[in-house]
Amino acid sequence: MNINLTLIGQTIMFAMFVLFCMKFVWPPLVEAMAARKKAIEDGLKAAELGKEEHALAQKNAEDLIESTKTQAAEIIANADKQANVMIDKAKGTASEEADKIKAHAKSELDQEVVKARNELKNQVSTLVMQGVNSVLEKEVDSKAHKDMLSKLSQSL
Amino acid sequence: MASGELTSGAYIKHHLQNLTYGKFPDGHWGFAESALEAKEMGFMAFHVDTLGFSFILGALFLFFFARAAKRASIDAPSGFQNFVESIIDFIDENVRGSFSGKNPMVAPLALTTFIWIILMNTMDLVPVDWLPSLAGALGIHFLKVVPTTDPNATFGMSIGIFILILYYSIKEKGLGGFVGELTLHPFGKWMLPFNFFLEGVNLLAKPVSLALRLFGNMYAGEMIFILIALLPFWIQWSLSLPWAIFHILIVLLQAFIFMTLVIVYMDMAHQKEH
Repeated sequence: MNINLTLIGQTIMFAMFVLFCMKFVWPPLVEAMAARKKAIEDGLKAAELGKEEHALAQKNAEDLIESTKTQAAEIIANADKQANVMIDKAKGTASEEADKIKAHAKSELDQEVVKARNELKNQVSTLVMQGVNSVLEKEVDSKAHKDMLSKLSQSL
Repeated sequence: MASGELTSGAYIKHHLQNLTYGKFPDGHWGFAESALEAKEMGFMAFHVDTLGFSFILGALFLFFFARAAKRASIDAPSGFQNFVESIIDFIDENVRGSFSGKNPMVAPLALTTFIWIILMNTMDLVPVDWLPSLAGALGIHFLKVVPTTDPNATFGMSIGIFILILYYSIKEKGLGGFVGELTLHPFGKWMLPFNFFLEGVNLLAKPVSLALRLFGNMYAGEMIFILIALLPFWIQWSLSLPWAIFHILIVLLQAFIFMTLVIVYMDMAHQKEH
């Protein structure tokens, strides 16, 4: 328990240890810890940012889908309208055409009827004339009664 | 016990004697063969065991910590690095809490004192006869394995701290400021001698109390281990085990107190206004 040179030796040793610790132990460890702290902070921040970006992207995508949907609905509605218009138009033309054909057929039919009637008239008048001729061969001069006969056939 | 013929008193004295290498009164240097010879050497002597154990322990601490610092990985810290970092965190927190100035030396200083003192104190938990007996078998007569039970070690540290206190007091406050703090406080300039006496005692008490507190605690603890070792061997465990468990607390507590006081003293040395 004597105080002696050990005291000075211990003081020097202590100073050397502290200096060594100050140079080679403390700074690198503290730096490593600070760097890790920063890395973790940055990572968390980046994750937060990524989350936000993801949310934004999702919202954008939803908006896009929404607008696309409305656009598609519009297009479909337009197409429907156009189709209806076209159908209406086609119906109109078709009925017009049908009317035209009908009218044409009717007029043709009328003409046929007139023609047939005329023919029938002529035939009947000829027949009548022949009958009358054969009945009145002797009494009637065909020439004298021709006018009357033709008038008769006309009135038929 | 080292030898069957020893009395209890001799056994205790033997255990409290350092391995001393010094200058004999006749002028030649050598190892002291007895406590009396060691005493006669006076100041011109070294406690080889204290110096050796404290150096080995300090070097171990710095070697492992420096290795951890060199390999320090940011992404994947190893187990030991985690351990070291938790200590660094603990020290850093204490320094931040108690030290308000800016000095990159205080935290490493606190770390070194804390770990070094823990390691030196822990030598107390090695059964008291193991290393001295081993040394005795190798022809070394005296061996005291706990450096902190040698006042040279504790005063050596506290003198280092005292020098730092003086250095930073003068550096931060200026010589005039420091002298003013010592003489004009607490009673004004008309009580200058009294002030100087008070503040001088206050200043000197710092290193003395630091050294004596640590030394006293560890010396007392060691003494109790030695006394327990005097009992019959089959009963020793019943006392030495509880004492050793309790002593773990003292080992850590003394190191923590020493470190905290070092930080506080450094803070006081850095404070400008009073």
